[in-house]
Amino acid sequence: MRICIVGCGAVGSLFAANLAQLEDVEVWAYDASQPHVDAINVNGLRLSGAGDVVGRLRATTDSAELPACDFGIVATKTMHTDAAIAATAHAFENGYVATVQNGLGNEETLARHVSHVIRGTTFPAGKLLEPGHVQWDVKGDTTLGPFGDTPLDVVRELADACTRGGMPTQAVEDARGPQWRKVIFNASTNPIGALTGLTHGRVCERPDLRRLVSGLVDEGKAVATAQGIVLDADPEELIDHAAKPEVAYDHKASMLQDVEARRRTEIDYLNGGIVRFGREHGVPTPLNEAIWALVKGVEASWQQ
Amino acid sequence: MTRVCVAGAGTIGSLFAAHLARVAEVSVLVRRAEHARALNEHGLRVSGRADFTVRLRASTDPGELDADLVIVACKGNDLEAVAERLTGQFREATVMTTQNGLGAEEIVASRGDWPLLSSVTFMSGTKHGDTHVEYILDTATWVGPYRATTVDDARTVAGLLVEAGLKAEAFDDLRPAQWSKLIFNATVNGVAALTGLPHDPHFAEPPLGDLVHALIDEGKSAAPACADDPWEMNVLATQRGHAHRPSMLEDVEAGRPTEVELINGSLVREARQRGVPVPLQEALYALVKGKEASYS
Repeated sequence: MRICIVGCGAVGSLFAANLAQLEDVEVWAYDASQPHVDAINVNGLRLSGAGDVVGRLRATTDSAELPACDFGIVATKTMHTDAAIAATAHAFENGYVATVQNGLGNEETLARHVSHVIRGTTFPAGKLLEPGHVQWDVKGDTTLGPFGDTPLDVVRELADACTRGGMPTQAVEDARGPQWRKVIFNASTNPIGALTGLTHGRVCERPDLRRLVSGLVDEGKAVATAQGIVLDADPEELIDHAAKPEVAYDHKASMLQDVEARRRTEIDYLNGGIVRFGREHGVPTPLNEAIWALVKGVEASWQQ
Repeated sequence: MTRVCVAGAGTIGSLFAAHLARVAEVSVLVRRAEHARALNEHGLRVSGRADFTVRLRASTDPGELDADLVIVACKGNDLEAVAERLTGQFREATVMTTQNGLGAEEIVASRGDWPLLSSVTFMSGTKHGDTHVEYILDTATWVGPYRATTVDDARTVAGLLVEAGLKAEAFDDLRPAQWSKLIFNATVNGVAALTGLPHDPHFAEPPLGDLVHALIDEGKSAAPACADDPWEMNVLATQRGHAHRPSMLEDVEAGRPTEVELINGSLVREARQRGVPVPLQEALYALVKGKEASYS
């Protein structure tokens, strides 16, 4: 089986390095960063932290080098989905492309470029320490499910490979539940960290901010319910679980990392996505709209 | 000649003191001895909208100063400490507060039985050291009676400010004006502190302008009355061409405590007391408090 990771940042690297442990899987990685790609090709892709792994794989910045693949796993930042899949679509003419990205709307973007798409959501997190080296902050599950007419059996094949490689993954008929659970989790916590500069644990131990988080969660749940989506777990429980010292108390949300580095955030696909789906289904989302506008303001301040 | 003591010589205090020194006998009560020494030696210079230097008396000891009018011009966060220092002093004076937010009058009232005026000021500037203040926005100061004073007393003080070259107006009841400014400040300062944006046209256009509008609507729903429409104040301020950096933004960037409690906290507490839901203002308040907490 040949799998190409499209976007080998922190999350993409977790999949790439773990899948590369399997004898029967050939792993490729497509990424925009030349130093990262070079380091991977010379020294392998190293994970440390929650798990210590070195994966041997082929990495490239040139999509023309990619061979035909059975599966793609897209892990770019959401705003880069379109460009990344446009560049790599030729490798997936007969393959299936899964998204493990944050936010809403990724499957639709992929489906504009490739025929077979798999919906997905992943919870593990990390950060790029240096080219070729990723810190694995949090372990967690991945859920995959069909999008469009993709058969569940094919989804199971990819899920099985991920699980054997060390990334526990489930294949389910409707993956929107976990996806919305994660979107609601992220939209309700990431921007609060980004706006205040606080880690996840510190956000949660302030009663006023924790109330705001719940207000955002409630709006997200209402939008999910209006679409007939059944969440597979309560985002509130995940938020409290993550706030424990041994889980992710000290975790700086990726959006906070983005804001500190003055990189464009995923706000349009998180809170912006909830607002968009809310409007389509007649569900008011004033708090998500407020948070979206504030983070857009932060991004605008960098142009000053 | 009227004797005026300005307590607190930050930007606003310095602007009051320097202008008034042209028409009154002005002293300044400051916290740092070197600040007092510098003012006594070099006087106080104003640049920007006006350009002049005045001599005035400065001291760290309220016992050395006397006045008919005391203008309390410190930042809200220093008000308790300054009011404490006024206790038992200036027995013949009328005292006027100028702080942002609500509740400054109560704090001063609890420290002595002076007749009290309250005021809100919209002028702004920047301090360039202990003896130089730049006068940036020459917007008005509004004065009203608070305790054992009448609108005539407010008119006298407003008249003195106008004579000194500042803009001022007297009101029978200052509360509607205070609410206008409270809603304006809570919204604009809070949004600026969280986004890092100065008060520029983003505040009047989608998407941020929509949020600003919604925050102001919430504030108005909690206000017993408003003098000027804070949304119009916001739009006008963003059209001046010069983007003002609200003090809360400067505080956050410098890692200093902000006036969030006096401004956003006052608004939210008043709304809660009246049973008016203000979820967006609550969110703004919690976020700025969170930002302050991130310093440590």
